Amino acid sequence: MKLPSSSVIASEAKQSFKDLIRSSFEQTRFQRALWDHAMVYVLTLCAVFMLFILFTILIHLFIQGFTSLNLDFFTQLPKPVGEKGGGMANAIAGTFTLLGLAVCVGVPIGLGAGVYLSEYANQNFAQVVRFMADVMNGIPSIVYGIFAYIVCVLPLKSFSALSGGFALGIMMIPMITRTSEQFVRMVPSQLREAGLALGVPKWRVTVDIVIPSALAGITTGIMVALARVAGETAPLLFTAFGNHYWQRSLTEPIAALPLQVFTYAIAPFDDWHRQAWAGAIVLILMVLLINGWAQFYVMRRNRWSSGK
Amino acid sequence: MVGDSSSVIVSDYFGVIVSEAKQSFKKEAHMDLKGSIKVKDLNFYYGTHQALKNISMTIEPHQIVAMIGPSGCGKSTLIRIFNRMNDLIPQTRVEGEVLIDGTDIYDKNTDVVSLRRRVGMVFQKSTPFPKSIYENIAYGLKIVGIKDRRILNEAVEKSLKRAALWEEVKDNLNKSAMSLSGGQQQRLCIARAIAIDPQIILMDEPCSALDPIATARIEELMGTLKDEYTIVVVTHNMQQAGRVSDKTAFLMHGQIIEFNKTTDFFTRPSSKVTEDYITGRFG
Amino acid sequence: MIRRDTSDIVFRRVLAVFPISILMLVAGIFFQLVSASHLTLNKFGFGFLFHSTWDPVAENFGALPFIFGTCVTSFVALLLAVPVGVGAAVYLAEYAPPKVSKTISILVDLLAAIPSVIYGLWGIFVLVPFMRNTVQPFLGKYLGFLPFFQGPNYGVSFLSASVILAIIIVPFIISVSREVIMAVPSVYKESAYALGTTRWEAISDIVLSYGKVGILGAVILALGRAIGETMAVTMIIGNNPVITASLFSPGYTLASVLANEFAEATTNMYLSSLIEIGLVLFLVSIVVNILARILIWSVTKGPGQEIK
Repeated sequence: MKLPSSSVIASEAKQSFKDLIRSSFEQTRFQRALWDHAMVYVLTLCAVFMLFILFTILIHLFIQGFTSLNLDFFTQLPKPVGEKGGGMANAIAGTFTLLGLAVCVGVPIGLGAGVYLSEYANQNFAQVVRFMADVMNGIPSIVYGIFAYIVCVLPLKSFSALSGGFALGIMMIPMITRTSEQFVRMVPSQLREAGLALGVPKWRVTVDIVIPSALAGITTGIMVALARVAGETAPLLFTAFGNHYWQRSLTEPIAALPLQVFTYAIAPFDDWHRQAWAGAIVLILMVLLINGWAQFYVMRRNRWSSGK
Repeated sequence: MVGDSSSVIVSDYFGVIVSEAKQSFKKEAHMDLKGSIKVKDLNFYYGTHQALKNISMTIEPHQIVAMIGPSGCGKSTLIRIFNRMNDLIPQTRVEGEVLIDGTDIYDKNTDVVSLRRRVGMVFQKSTPFPKSIYENIAYGLKIVGIKDRRILNEAVEKSLKRAALWEEVKDNLNKSAMSLSGGQQQRLCIARAIAIDPQIILMDEPCSALDPIATARIEELMGTLKDEYTIVVVTHNMQQAGRVSDKTAFLMHGQIIEFNKTTDFFTRPSSKVTEDYITGRFG
Repeated sequence: MIRRDTSDIVFRRVLAVFPISILMLVAGIFFQLVSASHLTLNKFGFGFLFHSTWDPVAENFGALPFIFGTCVTSFVALLLAVPVGVGAAVYLAEYAPPKVSKTISILVDLLAAIPSVIYGLWGIFVLVPFMRNTVQPFLGKYLGFLPFFQGPNYGVSFLSASVILAIIIVPFIISVSREVIMAVPSVYKESAYALGTTRWEAISDIVLSYGKVGILGAVILALGRAIGETMAVTMIIGNNPVITASLFSPGYTLASVLANEFAEATTNMYLSSLIEIGLVLFLVSIVVNILARILIWSVTKGPGQEIK
């Protein structure tokens, strides 16, 4: 038992503490409410400001781009320096060529690694590979350009489509690895078990059942990776190099849309600037189309799985 | 003024803040704060789904009230009514009156921040903030502007002692609260709640993630806290309700089936459904 | 039975080549860069990093101006992008109605897909004139007492490059921070509210302090992108290897010197020094990315299984 006197002191202290909290609460309440409301505006402003800048860019790009486009752009070769007119037909074709080469490099390795990580790898090894893939994703694209220069351009003694495609291809590897692993992993294990229960070896199950089931997702991953490298310029500067004419073989320098946009943008001719805008809008539509197509795949896949 | 809906932006905010501040000032200073809760004809909806139906109950100060019932019966929803925590969930709607110490907390002039200061809450999952033990307890005082180190020290010590955690942590007040054990974390959350001197403490299944020893400590603690605070506790454990509470409410399908003194509730249930439930015939 | 096992083992071994090739690739890039830059590594040693002369004619090479440029532009870009980006992310995660948040997030992801050469094009024709005619004169007039805002005003400058970098990394910061903030369990926010905090207090003191590691990861990842960003910066920084306090001065970065001079490097020593700059870029981005990934993985408990 406490002594009565000390309990009186205690309850007085308690009362004064209650009063203190209550009065501090009341004194600061207005200020706190003010901050609370002000921050709504500050944060909204951040979002609006960002959207404003990004819309400015998009609108400018679309207006400039579409007013600069014409048929020649898709059908003609570039005109010599200083002459008006011409187009980027060879650059558009070149970009598709480079993307085709990139797919040849990036898809087998990326897909193979993704399937291995999902179906066979032990967790530690898988974790290391995933980590390295993520790190690879963050290496500046121009470094891939240098790498391709050292291992492709120097031995071949020439800038070439091959080296450009190689640079873009290795950039695709980590992205494809990560997405295809995720999609292969999402294949329900009952499917695998059903196959194994029939006495089919695991690798046949993987090749015949698992990969085909994940194909839509894998394709999506490849598309997203393609969309990302389609606009890359830096790794092509000293691999594909650019070309004013149609290239005749894959061991020759090749034109590419982003390269051409860059060259024309920094040149001192108005007509080239116009074509740079046209090139930019074509490039961005290409990227958005590939991305949109990929989204469409994902949506269709989701509809299937939610329908089940 | 509901502080948490996005409609804040459109409201005439300056006028609202001023009246809000004035209101809360007047109210808190003149309120006789004991911690009684009175619910009249309460209905609550999630969208179109009615989660609580015609709830009426009175909770007297300095009592422990337990709420039991099968999962999904609305017991958690009901205690989250008392500090308007359901405001955070979009598309919810409240009808009826909830009076705390005689004031309708769903009145449009209610300052939710002030309400929540007076009605503390402890959750199922212990939620230590990523700060030191000391800062966890002092946080509620610091935000109302109490910065005096001596007062804070004293309040931290008192709250931790009150929550029966002082002896275990007094040498490690600067250690991260995340490093405590589950039972300690839960007592820390109780200490944090009582540090700001609430009248009511809501506990939403506070022991469901704890081992029996830690549970026993929390139950013991509830017994000692009762002489200062009104405690409303949701539990899925009938024995716990029997052990700790003065009154027990049994909910099913969003309705109160029975609300009675705990001793009577378990020995002489007035409703057949209650009897079936407490004897374990369904659950 | 035995034959079946063999076929599985063979398949497994063959497939293992792919993930291993990812690890080999990262190691291969490193060794190729080192061996191709041995000329300068031998001649200048570590002095290469601290030497500020860049004179291809006299074959005297130091990377300090480029390191300086990369540091300054990345730092200023973060200074501009982080507050707006995190603010917008908080708005999207905590304040905006779910539909608005979703729509804006899709838009933000779309902007992240725009190739950097297009940002560069916009930079040349819209941002640089705007900086020259409006922003820089304004800063010079009102903040001209600071050494950062002094000197001749060309438009192409450290500051312009920083602004374009900020615009490029903002979508990135928003999308990662938003995910990190949304990953904080709502019960923590509720326990803050239960103590009588205002919404802003709950967010700033509790939600953000839970999310701070992840947000820091996002910022470091963004830093990695800013460091490696090549085309947009090359197009508007002015390409001038100087070390100066003035942000109005044209400058140079590691990535942009590669983009500009690599293809025309005529001597072995010149090429070697450029490749060594590539090596620096590679190592810095590896370190930055490892740091960021560790932070982000520690928050999301392992590499995300979601498709971005």
